[in-house]
Amino acid sequence: MFPRPIQSRPPTMRGLYQVALPISLIVWLIPLLAVAVTSIRGQADIAAGNYWGWPSSFNAVQNYTAIFTQTELGAFIANSFIITIPTVIGAVALSCLTGFAFAVYRFKGNLLIFFLFIAGNFVPFQILMVPVRDLTLHLGLYDTHLGLVLFHVAFQTGFCTLFMRNFIKSLPFELIEAARVEGVSELKIFWFVVVPLMRPAIAALSVLIFTFIWNDYFWATVLTQGAGAMPVTAGLYSLNGQWIAQWHLVSAGAIVAAIPPVLMFFLMQKHFIAGLTLGAVK
Amino acid sequence: MSSTALADGTATSSAGWWRRNQRQLAPWLFIAPGAFMFLIYVIIPIFESIWISFYDWDGIGAATWIGLANYVELWSDYAFYTSLYNNVLWLVFYMLAVPFGLFVALFLNQTVVGIRLYKSLFFFPFVISQVVVGLVFAWFYDPSFGLLNLVLGWFGLGPVAILADDRFVTYGIIAAGLWPQTAYCMILYLTGLNAVDPEQIEAGRLDGAKGWRMLWFIVLPQLRPATFIAVVVTVIGALRSFDLVSIMTDGGPYGSSRVLAFYMYEQALGEYGFRMGYGAAIAVVLFLIMMIYISGFLWHMWRAERDGR
Repeated sequence: MFPRPIQSRPPTMRGLYQVALPISLIVWLIPLLAVAVTSIRGQADIAAGNYWGWPSSFNAVQNYTAIFTQTELGAFIANSFIITIPTVIGAVALSCLTGFAFAVYRFKGNLLIFFLFIAGNFVPFQILMVPVRDLTLHLGLYDTHLGLVLFHVAFQTGFCTLFMRNFIKSLPFELIEAARVEGVSELKIFWFVVVPLMRPAIAALSVLIFTFIWNDYFWATVLTQGAGAMPVTAGLYSLNGQWIAQWHLVSAGAIVAAIPPVLMFFLMQKHFIAGLTLGAVK
Repeated sequence: MSSTALADGTATSSAGWWRRNQRQLAPWLFIAPGAFMFLIYVIIPIFESIWISFYDWDGIGAATWIGLANYVELWSDYAFYTSLYNNVLWLVFYMLAVPFGLFVALFLNQTVVGIRLYKSLFFFPFVISQVVVGLVFAWFYDPSFGLLNLVLGWFGLGPVAILADDRFVTYGIIAAGLWPQTAYCMILYLTGLNAVDPEQIEAGRLDGAKGWRMLWFIVLPQLRPATFIAVVVTVIGALRSFDLVSIMTDGGPYGSSRVLAFYMYEQALGEYGFRMGYGAAIAVVLFLIMMIYISGFLWHMWRAERDGR
């Protein structure tokens, strides 16, 4: 193990490490802690510039009620869910199919098409922006949930395919061979042999894509404009413009917007990290 | 393969035909839905954008072919050079996330009580939206009440309005970006460190290697896959930087914190009018820069594939 385990160091070092851990964590998370504290401050603190001291009053209930009753934040959050969940299902489903094809079959153009998926996944969004916005307008899907979902599904399929293909490649190929010898059809092999083994990959991708899409800001600004379909990232930014110097409300909104991906991460941590690294560090 | 085909050779029904040919057709059927979506929304738009960059177009009316005029204009566009220069700054300084991430990972790579919780809390910034990161840091830098100026005040310095000063603004935004990116690199390295071979470390210790030498000669070579991915995602992140610029400064002051991604958006959909063709030309430049890295990545993957067989 590197660095040398702290247990084998002198006691002073061990003590120092135990102290350094919480301190470094607090310093690392100071920006977030400040937001959390500010979200329960009263108007008086904000007016007096008391951003870093102890709150003079605790207004958690008022602030968090205010952002839902006085603004469209609730609608933005709902939009984020309506966009994110179908995208996760769509991208994972499509990439199960493509990943299976690239991993299991040897056919002409296999690597070429696969590399096209990977390359497409890395292009800057701006090269897609004008045509995708145009296409969405022509389909009558501008400023709708479906417009965003379709684009996200298509784009995320690139990354998901890379991930799924590598995952299926790491499965024992003998399973598929054996099923073929038994005369099982390719579709049934996919559905009854491979898909059940893909559960960890499906879980990992789902959490990862959920976080990516939930946090998307660029496409939200390009493909939506009102509270009708706008997700919470773009919504929060527009609210920030309305709530000038109302930092307690902005903070409360930021906390609410951050909760779903954070929860997702904590509940599915193992899968999340596997997702971040397995597609990459093998 | 041939055994099933021979067994069904006598069947002449359509089911038999399918049975004989499914191994050839199945991959294409599996790929079709994903490839269709990807083609419509990613591959074709890339070529459309290149095409649009040769036109003068407001996005609504008729488009006029103007050849290379958009690129000629870029050549002498001061704002374009500012954006390009800022992108270079992003590329250089965003890279700090890689060593920072390694450092944090080494710090946390211990087995003490509660270390798992520490690791996940350190990873936190990556999970939250860049919109939130941007708002938080804009606030952190605020000249009148931000924590940064509070701290500078203790040392008798400041106040500095980081985001309103064209000398500091891009560095300020990059620093905000480093926060989640460091967390990302950290998690890559933590996973990589798990896979480091303990025997080599022991062997190194017996040979008297420790500290930096151990890290450089024994640990880092084993972390190469993690480093590779960390560099790739950081480069892509640097070239994609848009969210933070849009949220923290909207490109200001006076356009001094623009990056190519942001400048493109501003030209095509911003308040200065809908210059789709010009925006597309900026996007093409950004795309070509990105292609250098994408090609490198694909080449690396192709080599891995070839050696893997």
